[in-house]
This record gives sequence, structure tokens and C-alpha cells, in this order.
Amino acid sequence: MAEVAHAEVGHGDAHDDHHEQSFWSKYVFSTDHKIIGFQYMFTGMAMALIGGYFAYVFRMQLAFPGNSIPFWGTLSPAAYNSLVTNHGTIMIFWVAMPVLIAAMGNFLIPLMIGCDDMVFPRVNRLSYQIFLLSAIVLIISFFVPGGGFGGAWTAYPPLSAKAEYNSTPFGAPLWLIAVTLEIVAFLLGGINFITTTMNARAKGMKMYDIPMIVWMIVIASILFMCSVGPLIAGAVMLLFDQTLGTAFFDAAAGGDPVLWQHLFWFFGHPEVYVVLLPAFGIVGEITCTFARKKLFSYKLILYSTIGLGILSFFVWAHHQFISGVDPRATYLFTTTTLLISIPVAIIMFAYIATLYGGSIRFTTAMLFGLAFTGEFLLGGVTGIWLGSSGVDIYLHDTYFVLAHFHYTFVPIAIIATFAAVYYWFPKMFGRKMNETLGKFHFWGTIIPFNGIFIPLFILGAGGQHRRIYNYQHFPDLAGADMQDMRVFATISLIVMLAFQLVFIANFIISLKKGEKAGKNPWKANTLEWITESPPPHGNFGETMPTVYRGPYEYSVEGREQDYWPQNEKPESEPS
Amino acid sequence: MKTMEPAYGGREIPERRSGLSNGALGMIVFIGTELMFFAALISAFLIISAAAEAWPPEGQPRLPIVITAFNSLILFASGWMMYKAFQPFKIDPYSEATRKQVRLTMWLGIIFVGIQGIEWIRLLSYGLTMTSSQYGAFFYLIIGTHALHAIGAVIGLLRLSRKLDAGDLKEETFHAVQLFWYFVVGIWPILYVLVYLS
Repeated sequence: MAEVAHAEVGHGDAHDDHHEQSFWSKYVFSTDHKIIGFQYMFTGMAMALIGGYFAYVFRMQLAFPGNSIPFWGTLSPAAYNSLVTNHGTIMIFWVAMPVLIAAMGNFLIPLMIGCDDMVFPRVNRLSYQIFLLSAIVLIISFFVPGGGFGGAWTAYPPLSAKAEYNSTPFGAPLWLIAVTLEIVAFLLGGINFITTTMNARAKGMKMYDIPMIVWMIVIASILFMCSVGPLIAGAVMLLFDQTLGTAFFDAAAGGDPVLWQHLFWFFGHPEVYVVLLPAFGIVGEITCTFARKKLFSYKLILYSTIGLGILSFFVWAHHQFISGVDPRATYLFTTTTLLISIPVAIIMFAYIATLYGGSIRFTTAMLFGLAFTGEFLLGGVTGIWLGSSGVDIYLHDTYFVLAHFHYTFVPIAIIATFAAVYYWFPKMFGRKMNETLGKFHFWGTIIPFNGIFIPLFILGAGGQHRRIYNYQHFPDLAGADMQDMRVFATISLIVMLAFQLVFIANFIISLKKGEKAGKNPWKANTLEWITESPPPHGNFGETMPTVYRGPYEYSVEGREQDYWPQNEKPESEPS
Repeated sequence: MKTMEPAYGGREIPERRSGLSNGALGMIVFIGTELMFFAALISAFLIISAAAEAWPPEGQPRLPIVITAFNSLILFASGWMMYKAFQPFKIDPYSEATRKQVRLTMWLGIIFVGIQGIEWIRLLSYGLTMTSSQYGAFFYLIIGTHALHAIGAVIGLLRLSRKLDAGDLKEETFHAVQLFWYFVVGIWPILYVLVYLS
């Protein structure tokens, strides 16, 4: 019966009709996993432009306080708060999540495990539609009376719970509704990813033949599914506090504001790993392909990832060391936080070991992949200080924290995403991206990125607090040397944003005029490279692939070619 | 580098796995999320009620323990009927026995939701609302969430029943609805003991 179910689901629904479809049914209401992946990717990129624009506006205010900002005007304190809040919200929920998990998961999972579509294609379409709705609700919230929500992306009550404090009577509930809808969208996507990978793999693909990125996305989805319930519960309670007048988080009426922090961070910390793991997966694939070497210790990476996932549920209170958490509990959470660096370090070392002795090709994708490994390491290492409760009491809520998590999130959401786009662009659109423009874009992204956040580390260690509208009002923070660093960071940001135009130009030009890629431009092993570029509806045509080996058999001795596709029949068997 | 041929060469290619169906696996993942959702509500309830001076607070109406205990029995009976529906379903999905059991499950579920609704109206008339106290807020939050799940599950049962009558049902749909109904029934005693008996 299970086999019948496979057949029914795989070929059921809208998948019987391979005839010409109208634009709307092909690109807007499609159930094809590739189209849904593109929808997620382009929506995420559009939202990234909004998030980047917000960063530009508030960085300008910090560098040149009170001056009129080009393309914005004078920035009010309320608008500043709203921009900071929504920059964080957008970059995590509407950029990192859709591009890394949803776009990559949708596009890659069925192709890499060798099936024709997700097992629940209509649930998949619904997932994107809810996601799009959530993005629209969020954008509407910027324009309602009172403006967009300004209580920081963590939305701590009582600031977030009462309109008399946050003065955004409509922005705050809309923000919460948007976040909740977005979460529901990924819930539906996650069900699809897990079920598809478990049930619809190509014939012969055993557990240890699954490409690492698919494992990483599946584990990330499991983390997401297990952690998201508390956030939804908290969001519903906060929404009732805002709109119905309940007092779940109101200490004056017997509620508990720290309860929100627990519910939020119980989700919030696994969420970091939810976006990190796909990035790790992307970089793992790229490292192997361009080092022409087998992934170092596949099983160890897999087990480390599972261990990391389990541990990530026991670290959340390290965000709350100064929220009145019992000091004895902080010891516990310091220990778990430091422990979690071990699996992460194992994965990093495994990637470095994969490079060792390889014949490395410095394509743009590989450069971004290597940059991820290096820059993320800085983010991880600075986290060790913040994880220690004693140090954190001083550094909490300073720019040191801010620089730390940007050194993790920018490599995840920006650098790894670029690596993925440069790497899979030929498969997505049938043409290669321009390598010269790509390298130009690479250096123009990486150098300014460090230029933004290294000064912020120094400023944070010097005591510069977060979420301040104008540092000139604080004598300790208004010195010329500190202001110079703020200006340097802002100019670096503008340079980095300007170089993204190179990427956009490269993307559009390559769509039309890029070099034809063919089926397997990088000579990689995984199943997505055996089909046409771009893959047709149904992915593999008439015969679905059969898998004979693991995904990383590069430079195998005794073979003429240095790669060995997963579906190639061994010579010992008659073909 | 050693050649990898022996490790991967002569492997047998197994036929497609027949483990859990897509519907069942997807539903199990979803129920996992739901369990964490209820766990968060329950832990919030425990934290707030433990910190309160008196629980239930004074001057608030008491919850109907006896009627709800009776209502719980109806819900358990409904879960049992769902279980009973599985045996004829395995023999013949569209037999009269299966359809009868599914309809019984659904009607018992509807009675459960109906009695809950009547009790809610009475409690509201006694002055227990979401804003009257933390007690009322958590009661409506937790029990209301369960009621929404019960209503959703009853709609699922209704669709299942329709599809059985029409003779057009995938086995995995049956498994998915069945699992979700077990979840709604199974989480109820925990909520009853915590919210009603505390």
C-alpha cells in the first residue's frame, strides 16, 4: 500500500498535465517544487533589499546624527526604533529562512534525492502563499497609523504588550500576526522536507548516500518543528495581551514578562541552527566539488549535526543572563553553550580537512564557501565569550553582541546564499554566471563586511549600548574616536550595498547571455547534475535515477575521471 | 587514496522502502510540533499558577469538574470507536462496519465539543472571562486551543466519512485523520487534570 501511495502522490494532483500552461498556472499557482523554490528565493531577495535599505538608513543616523539622510529624510526616534526592529525581523524571518531553508530545500531536495516532486505538492504551494501573505502583512504594518512595530525583533513585554508604551497600536499586532503566519508557512514546508526525504528517495539511495545538504535541511526542519510551538504559543498570548487586554506577561496583574523571553528564546536559539545548518550544507557541497575530494568524515559530520541539534534546545537562557535568571541556572546554561561549540568545531574542522590535499578550484562559489568558513569562525569564537555568564553581564546588549551575531548571520544568510546561487545558478537557469563579475562582487562584499563589524566589536567592548538613537546624548560614548568608527562602519555598509548592484547586474545579464552550462558544469556527483539544466517538469524525464554510491566519490583511484556520479552503474555489473 | 570499488560496487539495490506512508509520517511530524505547542502552554500555565497567591483565585467561578469528567468519557469513547474502525478498515475500507465506526467517532466528537460549548456559555455568564483573571485567561487559552483542535479534527472526520461513502479514499488519509484524532483524545486527560483539577 505504501508503494501505491508513493505513486499516487508522486504523479497525482496537478502533475499529470505536462501540456502547455498559462503564465499564471505555471509560475504563480504552480505546485512544482522548483517554481516554489524560485518564488521563495525571489521574495527573499526582494525582502533583503528592504532590510538592507533599513540598515542603510539607521546606520546613516548613527554616523551623522540629526542630518537629513539621502533617500529618506530626517529620521525620528520612533522611526529609528521601527527600522532597527524590522531590519532584524526581515533579515531573519523573511530573508534567511525563505532563501536558505525554503528556496534551497524546495529546489534541491527532490533533485538531490532523485524524485519528481515533494510528496505533498499542494501543501507546498499553500506554504508559499501563506509566506507571501505574511510578507504583505509585514509591509502593510509599516504604513499604518503609529508606524511599524519598534520594540526590537525579540519583542520583550511590557514594551511590546501595551500600545501606551510602544505607541504602535496597529504596528505591533500586525508584526506579530506576520511573524506567526510566516512560522506557519515554514511549518508546512518542514513537513514536506522531512517526509519527502524519508519516503521518496531514489532507488538505492541509503541513509548515508543522502547528500549532506539534504541531511542538514532535514535536521534543520526537525529543529524548527520542535522549537516553533512555544513561539506560536507565546505569540498568541502576546497578541491577546495587546488586543484583548489579558495579562499573561503583565507583572502587575500576576503575569510574568520573563515567561515571554523563555518562550521566545526556546524557539530563538534553535532558530539560529535552523538557518546555520543549510548554510553548512551548502558550503559542504561546494567544498567537496571544488576541492575534488571526498567529504572528510561524512558520518562524523552527520552525528555532530544531530548532537548539535539536540544540544541547541538546552542553551536558550544564555540570552537572558541579565533578565533575573537564577545565577545557578546561568552556570548550567554557560556549560551547555560552551559544549555546543564542540560539534560546530567538528564540522568546521571536517571542512578544513576536506580542503587539505585537495586540488582546489577558486571559482566564485568556492570563494564564497571558503569565506563562509573563515568568517563564521570569527562569529563562533566571539560567541564563546558571550556564552560565559560572567563576561556576558558586561557585554550584554552592547555592540559586541551585535557584531558577534552579525558575524554569524551575515556568513549564513548572505555569504552562504551567494555561494549557493553561484553554484546552482547553472542548474536553475541553464547558464553560468559571469566569473569575473562574480569575483568583483565577492571582494566587494567580503572586505566591506569586515569593515562594518570589526569597528562595532571595538565599540561594543568600549561600552556602546545597542538600540540608542543618538550617541551624542551620552558623554561617555560621544568621543570623536568612537564617532569615527561609526562613520567607518557606515561607509563600509554603503560600499557593501553598492557592490550588490554588481550581483544584480550579473544575475540579470547571465540569465539572458550567460555561457550555456550543460548538464554538469562543475563535474559534480550528486543527482541534480545528471538531468537537464534547467530540469524539466518531473525532473528526470522517463526513467528515475538509481543510486549506486555515496555523493562524494571524487578523485577515486583507478578511475579516468576525477568524479563518479551517484547514478553511474559500476563496471562490474552488466549495463 | 584507496579505491572505493569494494565498498560501493556490488551493492544490492533494494526495492522502495515500505515504512510509514506519507500521510502518516507527515502527520506525526505535525503532531510533534503540536505537542511542543501544548507543552509551552502548559509550562506557561504552571509558572503563572505556581507564582499566584491562591489558585484558583478567590472570587472566580469554579470549573465544572463533574460534567467535564462525564464529557471526557464521551471523548475517550470516541477515541475507542476510532480504534475500532481500524480493524474493519484493514479488511475492507469501504465496508458498512468501517463507515459506521467513523460516523460514531465523529458524532461522539461533536457531542464533546457541544457540551464544552454549553459549559463555556455558562462560565461566561458567571463572569469567568479572559480578562477577569489569569485563571480565566489560561482556561480559555488552553481549553479553547484544545477545542479548536477538536473542531478541526471533527471536520477531518466528516471529510473522511464523506470520502468513505464516495468510495474514494487513500489509505494514508485515513491514517493521518486517525493519528490526529488520537492526539486530540490523548492530550485531553493531561489538560483536564492540570486545568480543571488544580
